[in-house]
Parts: sequence; structure tokens; C-alpha cells
Amino acid sequence: MAKPGKAAEAAAGKKAKLPPAQEMLRYYRDMLLIRRFEEKAGQLYGMGLIGGFCHLYIGQEAVVVGLQACAKLGDAVITSYRDHGHMLATGMDAGGVMAELTGRIGGYSKGKGGSMHMFSREKHFYGGHGIVGAQVPLGTGLAFAQKYNKTDNVTFCYFGDGSANQGQVYESFNMAELWKLPVIYVIENNQYAMGTAIARSSAQPALYKRGESFGVPGRQVDGMNVLAVKEAGEDAVAHCRAGKGPIILEMMTYRYRGHSMSDPAKYRSKEEVNKMRAEHDPIDQVRSMLLGNSLADEEALKAIDKEVKDIVQKAADFAQESPEPDPSELWTDVYVEA
Amino acid sequence: MTIEILMPALSPTMTEGKLAKWFVRAGDTVKAGDIMAEIETDKATMEFEAVDEGVIEKILVPEGTEGVAVNTPIAMLRGEGEAASAAPAAPKTEVKAPAAPAAVAVATPTVTKDLADPDIPAGTQFVTMTVREAIREGMSEEMRRDPKVYLMGEEVAQYQGAYKVSQGMLDEFGPDRVIDTPITEQGFAGIGIGAAFGGLRPIVEFMTFNFSMQAIDQIVNSAAKTLYMSGGQMGCPIVFRGPNGAAARVAAQHSQDYAAWYSHIPGLKVVAPYSAADFKGLIKAAIRDPNPVVFLENEILYGRSFEVPKLDDYVVPIGKARIARAGKDVTLVGYSIAVGHALAAAEKLAEEGIQAEVIDLRTIRPMDRATIVESVKKTNRIVTVEEGFPQSGIGAEIAAMLMEEAFDYLDAPVTRVTGKDVPMPYAANLEKLALVTIPEIVAAAKAVCYR
Repeated sequence: MAKPGKAAEAAAGKKAKLPPAQEMLRYYRDMLLIRRFEEKAGQLYGMGLIGGFCHLYIGQEAVVVGLQACAKLGDAVITSYRDHGHMLATGMDAGGVMAELTGRIGGYSKGKGGSMHMFSREKHFYGGHGIVGAQVPLGTGLAFAQKYNKTDNVTFCYFGDGSANQGQVYESFNMAELWKLPVIYVIENNQYAMGTAIARSSAQPALYKRGESFGVPGRQVDGMNVLAVKEAGEDAVAHCRAGKGPIILEMMTYRYRGHSMSDPAKYRSKEEVNKMRAEHDPIDQVRSMLLGNSLADEEALKAIDKEVKDIVQKAADFAQESPEPDPSELWTDVYVEA
Repeated sequence: MTIEILMPALSPTMTEGKLAKWFVRAGDTVKAGDIMAEIETDKATMEFEAVDEGVIEKILVPEGTEGVAVNTPIAMLRGEGEAASAAPAAPKTEVKAPAAPAAVAVATPTVTKDLADPDIPAGTQFVTMTVREAIREGMSEEMRRDPKVYLMGEEVAQYQGAYKVSQGMLDEFGPDRVIDTPITEQGFAGIGIGAAFGGLRPIVEFMTFNFSMQAIDQIVNSAAKTLYMSGGQMGCPIVFRGPNGAAARVAAQHSQDYAAWYSHIPGLKVVAPYSAADFKGLIKAAIRDPNPVVFLENEILYGRSFEVPKLDDYVVPIGKARIARAGKDVTLVGYSIAVGHALAAAEKLAEEGIQAEVIDLRTIRPMDRATIVESVKKTNRIVTVEEGFPQSGIGAEIAAMLMEEAFDYLDAPVTRVTGKDVPMPYAANLEKLALVTIPEIVAAAKAVCYR
């Protein structure tokens, strides 16, 4: 874990430089939406309404919320299969995401993709990829297109500490630096590649250093602290928009749940998880900062809690009401008709 | 002691070349390592060094001569004193390549003309061009037409293409659109796919499809499936192209035909033309297609010349086979270089009174089943011809399809002629045995005709 930064000190009551209340409340709301959405997804999975693989983002919310706060219109996002949080953070509709989880026609992929495969051209969210590490060259290609089209947009290319050992990640680092592509490689280091702790899988566990031999700069960030994420994200975005090429942000984070729904998580202790939740929870941190600095009162937070709860309930309802895809959908979308 | 200096073979598939320039004249003394001549192959211009000391006695082939066959004597060298007689056989040894690479055993007319395509308007003029030129013209025309189209791959830009397919394109389109990549197939295939998701129309060249195995996960899992997984939102307009199948004497890891592999995948289109006209028309169609297209070329075909229609915008539709030769007694169906073998076999069969119909599939997926079935309804017999391995191959697919769609029309079992079920050997004689041969096709055709 990176040391708790300024934000945590602020949480302790000091009147440090905090962003305006409006912004802080947005972080709170966006992270809470992801948390509650994922809890609901876990519940629906338990009820048999969601099948297959379902990888929850609970615990990691600050990473995507902090970075999306640095994005501008047209910036692209691509990630692995632990992707619900990224979709919500890019502004995709919670009902459409949940209905995809239940395999219904109202889902973002008409029920044909599932938890791991959703996309939104409108929100510049490019998936949702199930092969560990494969999204890294793809994200690099999105950045290639941004540069080719002479835009000043950037691509946020997310992957985990597990992906970080795939060869194609380094092929991508090499070409991205060679061609100065505007891509931010966000390594969400949640410490476990499925069940393998980072120390057991990585000869160089400081993943932000993994770009060194290509000249790709890297930085380790407290990924449980949304303000630290935001601050690092701003620097990274500025680096990319200035045409300086790719950059790596290693986000030190933690997932509270198992790798997927079927993971009993025997590889780590209950105490480890509980300690993380108690001391580093990203939502609690923002909550403390808001209340401790009188940026918001309990009432205001309660109102957000209710708003979020309503959105998630509506999404869950929609996901159950939306019909299954028509059997004829089996044969559509294999090819684009020329 | 006089030594014959022979025209050297300077690439695995070279059978002839142009003697572009002599740097020595009769009477000159040369030492081993001296550059004697400049030889143009279809891929590159190469310098040719002396391997012996001596005096050039006579130049046999003047500079500027084109089409000089490998192993033709091009000059006479008189060895001097002890040094010369000490190594008299050296030059011969150097160029004594196995008489002819296996693939060259196929008789290849300089220009193939018997390829009438009913879709080409009557009165169209034709120009003669090589397959290599046809692909280049097709790509260049599409790049002029659409600024989103770009070419990336190993050695496509400054080197002018490992097989000279992209020669001159860097000059015309610049380094932003003709891009040399590092040797990193999985990485640049993925980058191409990502760029296609991002709205570009990449052409990704593999130096050979043998190397695409490094990238097949990206081609299958990312390029082919994403449209479906996204409920139709995320199309991937990309072309993967490069030489496929055997060249000559390059052994098992560089000689495989991947048509069957890629044709297995819903979401991909797979194209494998034979004639230059089809290469041109189909590469244009592939670039315009909104789906990922695997475009299989063939190194041995690159230098072969065909008549190409002189039309402003010649596009051949993907998914349509072509009757390359009409006949009534037996159908021969193949793709890529195997079409040439089938046409040669048809010629031999005609001498024995058997009229073979030859179908050039052109596209492997989606396969033009109707054209095959129609032909079988007429001939009632069919032989499939492919360079790939037999198991789960294209011939196996056609056989199964005919069981389903034309069972009652078959008067003989569907018969496959394929590459042999072994990794490609290096030895010249073994390679020849491993590849499809014309006598094998003739024998199979006669067998299904019960003759």
C-alpha cells in the first residue's frame, strides 16, 4: 500500500486544500453508486438471475471515479472483465448494465455479452474484455486512432496486477512510447491475480516501474483515496495531451470480494480484508472529509444514499422485467452487413 | 581451367531474374568477394560477388537481360595458376541449388489468360500485372480514396515490404500511413484492432501468416467476436493480410496454410484469391468491408502475371466463387495456388478426354456453396484441392456440405487432394512429396470418373 496521503490527513480534520463541496459530493455519489450497484449484482447472482462469471469492483471504486474526473469528452476507456464500475463511471445507464448482467434484451449488448462484455460508443467505453491483458494492445490502438485523427484525446487503459505479467502488455508499452501514443496505463493493483498474491507472481512487484526499460514513466498512487487518484490522473492526462506519450499509474487498491462470485477467497485472511475496509475504505474516507470539514451534513449524504438506492433498485427491476432476447437474435450481429 | 559462373538463386522462390548490371568486363581480374554484378529478383536488387579468383574470359549474358533463369551460365572465368585450379568447382557448388524448388515444378505460363470472369463488362481492356502489383494497386487506390485506411506491419515502409508488396507506398502516403512496426505480432495486431474500434480502417500485414499464430488470440477473440458481444455496436473493419502457405524450402514453421483455421471462426471473412485480377478486386473489397477480413496471399503467386481489367474501380465481391474453366465431367475446386494446379490438371485431363470444371473459391468464408453445388449437379463428381492439412480442412468442409446439400447428385465419393498430413519437410524431394501435385489431382479426377 502507498502511504495514506494528504487526503487522509484532511479526513482527520485538518482544513487542507479540499476540492469544493460539489466535487466532493460527486465523488461520494459516483463511488456509492458503484458500491450499491455491485452489492445488488451480487444479490441477483445469489438469486440465480445473473449467471456465469461476475467480477465485482467493490473496494476499488476510487480508482475509476477519480480518473473519470480528469477525463474530457472523447477520451476513451477500456478495461478487463471487472468492468461494471467503469461503465457506471463513464455515465452508462445502470439499468442497461444490470439488464446485460441478467442476459436481457435491454442490456447494452442485447444480452449477448454478459458481465464481461459491454460497450458504449456514445460514452467512449470500449469494453469489457475477457482475455487477461488483451485490452492493453486494444487500448493502445484506441490511442493510436486518437493520434492519427489529430485529436488531443487520451485513452484510459485499465488492467490488473495479473495482466501485468502478460507479454502483450510490454509489446504495447514499447510501441506506445515509440510512437508517443496518448495512453494512460492504469494498473489496478488489487494485490491478487485471482488467488495468487503479487509477491508470488511478480519478480518486480513495483508495477509502476514496469515501463522503465521502454522509457515509459510510472507512478504509484494510493488508489483507495479518490483525491490522490484525481491528482495523479490530472498529471497523467496533461502528460498525454502534451504529446509526451504514454504513462503508467499503478493504483494501489483492494477488492473486498472474491475474484469472481465463485471465489471462496481462501488465499487471504478475513483480518486482512477487514483491516482494509476499516482503515482505507474509499467511500468512508470521502464521507469523513465531507463531514469533518463541514462540506456536507448527514442530511445531504442521506439524500444521496437515497438517490443511489433508487437508481439501483430501478436498474434491478428493469433487469428483471426486460425480456430475454428473441431467439432470432442468435443469428444477428455476427457480421455488419456491407 | 575455365569456370562457368551461373545465375544465382537469391531467394527461396526465385526462378529467374534480371541481370541489371555488370561491374566487370572481359579481361578484368577478380578476387573472391569482389562485386561482379547486380541482379534484380522480383523482391529486391542484390549484389553478386565472386567466389573465386581469376580473369573474366567472357560475359555470356549482357547487362539489362531480363528473365535469366537460375543456373544459366552468365560468364566464363579463367582461373589463374595454382589458385584457380585449386577450387575449380566452387562457383558451381555455390549455385547448385536443388534443380528446381518443388513449387516451381508447376508449369507456369508467364501470363495466365484463360480466366474469363462474367462480371467483367465486355470490351474491357486488360493490362498484364503481377499479383504483387495488383495487391499494391488495390491498397493504394483504397488509401487514396479513404484517409482512414493505413498500412502497418513489419518492414512495410522503409524496407519497401519484405516481399515488395508495399514498394513505393511510403513515398506516396508518408510515415503516418505506412508504418513499420517492431517484431511484435500480438501487440500490433491488437493495436490495429483497437484502432479499428476507434474508427480507422487498418491494413495489418503479417510477414507471413505463420507469424499470425502469435496474434491469433487478438484476431479471434477481439476482432471476430466483439461485434456480437456488443450486440452489434462495436464493428471491427480491419484487414489482416500477408503470404500464407508454403513458399519453397522454408520448412515446417514457415510453410503452413491457415485457411481452415481462420475459416472456422464466425465473425471473420477469409479470402484467398488466385489471379491478379481477383487479388486486386478482393483486396479493395476487403478494405471496404466493415468486418475483419483475413486476406491470404501466396509467396509463389506474388511474381506471377495475369491479365487485370483496366477499370477505374475494380472491386470483386467477397463470397463469390468463379468458374475458372468450364467442364462437364468432373469438378475441381480449390483456392489460392491450388487453383493453378487444378487448371494444369484440367489441361492434362482434357488430353485424355475428361472435361474438368475448375472452381476458384476466391473466398473461403462465407463460402459460395451454391456455385459448388450447381457444378456438382452438372458433373456429379468432385475433387477438392488445397495445400493445407487434410483433417478439418477446406476439403473436409466441402465434403460435408455436399453430403448435406447435394448427396443425391454425387456419383462418386467426394475426394480430397491435400497437403500431406506431416509438418513441411525441408529436403527438396520430401517437400515435393508433401505438397499437392498435378498428377495427384489428375489421378483423383480419373478415379471419381471411374477411369
